Amino acid sequence: MIGRLLVGSILAATLLGAVSAQAIDEPDARHLLLRTGFGASPEAVAALRPLDRRAAVARILDGVRVEAATPPPVFVRGLRPDWQTHWKEPDETIKQTFNRARDAEIVELKAWWYAEMITTPSPLTERMTLFWHNHFTSSMDKVRAPDLLHTQNALLRRHATGSFRDILHAVAKDPAMVKYLDNTQNKKGAAVENFARELLELFTLGEGHYGETDIREAARAFSGWQVDERTGVFRFNAREHDDGAKTVLGVKGPLKGEDVLDIILKQPRTAEFIAGKLVREFLSETPDAGLVTRVATRFRDTNYSIRAALQTIFDSDAFWAAETRGILIKSPVDLVVGTIRTLDLPIADLRSLIEPGRRMRQDIFNPPNVRGWPGGTNWISTFTLIERRSALAKILNNDMGPLQNSMTMMMASDATTGPAWSARGRGLDAWLSNHPNIAAAAGPMEMALLSVQAVNGTDADVDSRAMIERLVLDPAYQMK
Amino acid sequence: MDRRRFLTQASLWSLAGILPAGCTTPRLGAEADQSNILVLVELNGGNDGLNTVVPFADPTYAKLRPRIGINPDQVVRLDDRLGLHPGLAPLKTAWDAGEMAIILGVGYPDPNLSHFRSIEIWDTGSDSSEFLAAGWTARAVTGRGGRRTADGIVLGRPYVGPLAGSGTRTIVMESAGEFANAARRVTLPASAPANPLLAHVVATQTEIRKAGDDIYFKLQRPMPGLRAEFPRTGIGWQLSNAALLIASDVDVPAIKVSLGGFDTHTNERNTHDRLMRELGDALAAFRAAMIERLMWHRVTVVTYSEFGRRVAENSGQGTDHGTAAPHFVLGKAIKGGFYGQQPRLDDLAGGNLRFAVDFRSVYATLVRRWWNGDAVGVFGRRYPEVGFFG
Repeated sequence: MIGRLLVGSILAATLLGAVSAQAIDEPDARHLLLRTGFGASPEAVAALRPLDRRAAVARILDGVRVEAATPPPVFVRGLRPDWQTHWKEPDETIKQTFNRARDAEIVELKAWWYAEMITTPSPLTERMTLFWHNHFTSSMDKVRAPDLLHTQNALLRRHATGSFRDILHAVAKDPAMVKYLDNTQNKKGAAVENFARELLELFTLGEGHYGETDIREAARAFSGWQVDERTGVFRFNAREHDDGAKTVLGVKGPLKGEDVLDIILKQPRTAEFIAGKLVREFLSETPDAGLVTRVATRFRDTNYSIRAALQTIFDSDAFWAAETRGILIKSPVDLVVGTIRTLDLPIADLRSLIEPGRRMRQDIFNPPNVRGWPGGTNWISTFTLIERRSALAKILNNDMGPLQNSMTMMMASDATTGPAWSARGRGLDAWLSNHPNIAAAAGPMEMALLSVQAVNGTDADVDSRAMIERLVLDPAYQMK
Repeated sequence: MDRRRFLTQASLWSLAGILPAGCTTPRLGAEADQSNILVLVELNGGNDGLNTVVPFADPTYAKLRPRIGINPDQVVRLDDRLGLHPGLAPLKTAWDAGEMAIILGVGYPDPNLSHFRSIEIWDTGSDSSEFLAAGWTARAVTGRGGRRTADGIVLGRPYVGPLAGSGTRTIVMESAGEFANAARRVTLPASAPANPLLAHVVATQTEIRKAGDDIYFKLQRPMPGLRAEFPRTGIGWQLSNAALLIASDVDVPAIKVSLGGFDTHTNERNTHDRLMRELGDALAAFRAAMIERLMWHRVTVVTYSEFGRRVAENSGQGTDHGTAAPHFVLGKAIKGGFYGQQPRLDDLAGGNLRFAVDFRSVYATLVRRWWNGDAVGVFGRRYPEVGFFG
């Protein structure tokens, strides 16, 4: 394994630019798949092999979708629940029934997203949707309305590799976001600052690149940005909007919310901030500053084309370098979805993935706070590593059971209207017999599953099924 | 929000068998050292100090908080100007016993109002514009105390914060018993790789097994049932586990628990009233359990939060991010009473309170007086101590 990587790095160093015209080798293809999607199945690896690096990147970028392939959960198409009556309802039992129905819907929504991630022909689409979910965060715990979180999820996917300008403007008026950051109660006179602060700190400029006055003034510009609770649609309430003069980042005028967004987008820092986050997501936690600058410049020059930024990352020499392989820690979603996709595993009821995901500390649609999941080494604690190993062993052995946790089961018990999402993989034994060249020896199995050498070695005298389990439970499997 | 664990207290403590009370030999805590345990209680989101220790007699308080201010009649009065939020009434027992210090106006110069940056400042003990990698607790305890179970245990929100540090052995768990059982099934990794992120995974897996074995054996020790009852809340669950670990003589200098939801931008009273009740009930139960187990003399509890909140309420009947706030220190070793100074409500900086006590003064006091540590080494300079150890 080490030898192979060394040879690759010497080749890369010798040939440099010319390398991109070559057909990619198997580790290259696996690397690109692991970093742009979830896992790397032998079929997906084989499909990229005839291409050179640039063409392989282009194929993945060209495959990006703007809509999910999985039909949305049934509740999304129904009438909006009557929240206004619910809030006035004095009877606790009736209120609880209403809340239980919402809980069941969010369980369904999570299972639906797992289904899409497991089956999508464009894993990068879902990786980017998840990236934006972790950037423009909103949580079910706060928002309470599953239909609005579905709307937001669709918005993030629609713009996943489009224009950052468009996604920023759209998210600022997204009903789930407006509710999540308390803008519904931001009124002229005594502005609520939550959205304005996180907009500057987490969504665009980053901490240290604005002042407290900018936050207070920007908050006034977003006063009156609300949600019509009856329809669940954004509305501008002119009566509660503060139309006085404001100064944000040195620009003065009777600024509206849209003006503030455009002022922020004029700041070079915005492109640098987003570019840095993309590079850390896809390439390295400790990226070269020159590369981030290059991605940021391209991002600005293309009027915030997310696709252009990604292409700059994936086409960089650093992305393909030997020292870039296997240095990122898989997120829990990556770990679970990637394993299912790589080994073509069945999951009878995808709702059963929710509780293990939560215990591994990535409960989709419920990020821990507005900064999202911090990722990197934060994924791995003494608690989550036990949970990761336990989830992997269960998934591998088709032992997830119908539902893992009584809480999830209770929540899901009312969800009789929706389909039970499942993964229809053929399982590990079928995978082994379908890939005799891989199953033949430990070496090919290690190469198919790990991006760095196994920590515990592969010299055990066990059958191929046990070897797969050994490799999946090796610490190296946590890496990509 | 923490998942509620509706296990009964009885079943938690029965993990450890049954024997007559008093068979645990308490270590006499006369000498300050790292067998003394610090329980860090993080109030995550920015706790509203003015609705925690309420300046009920100050007319400016009522004026700036016409809708969310606490009615003076409901305040648990501690003197003629300050009192506790009614939800903290269970702590009045500790106050009356002289075991609760309230440090007023805790903050730092040039305050940062970002949740994430400000908690980083608190956790690392840095200046406002300084960036430090390791947590202050990690710096104080790592490499000290010989072969102990771990340097720190984190229950609740899985954010190691003050216990973050390279080489710091921090165990994150939800439940002591579950962790110990699961950890024994984890294999020890064979080698230590050079790849730094993979090395983190390997080190964590090693730590699971080593600490897990130790905790497992200590939990086997027979232990009598507990009369003190913990509330069935997230923080109640965490503190009941902390109590179990301490009573089982698990050797660890710091245990961190957390209570989240304090970011009360809108409709503050609903949320904050509940959080105060959860905090008051859980801390009172923890104190009772430690007293019952003859361990209270070995434990100091300290609360902290990234910031307090804006003095004036906003249009959403909530408060935005602010600065200084009061914090609690509890323990048998504590000399109760008020320390620091209540910030003036009529002399604000941009709508925010001016701080009276640097939070590093509180922490430096704990490092030196509770752990007999080198506070100057940990914080890089000398901070005046706060007198809560008498």
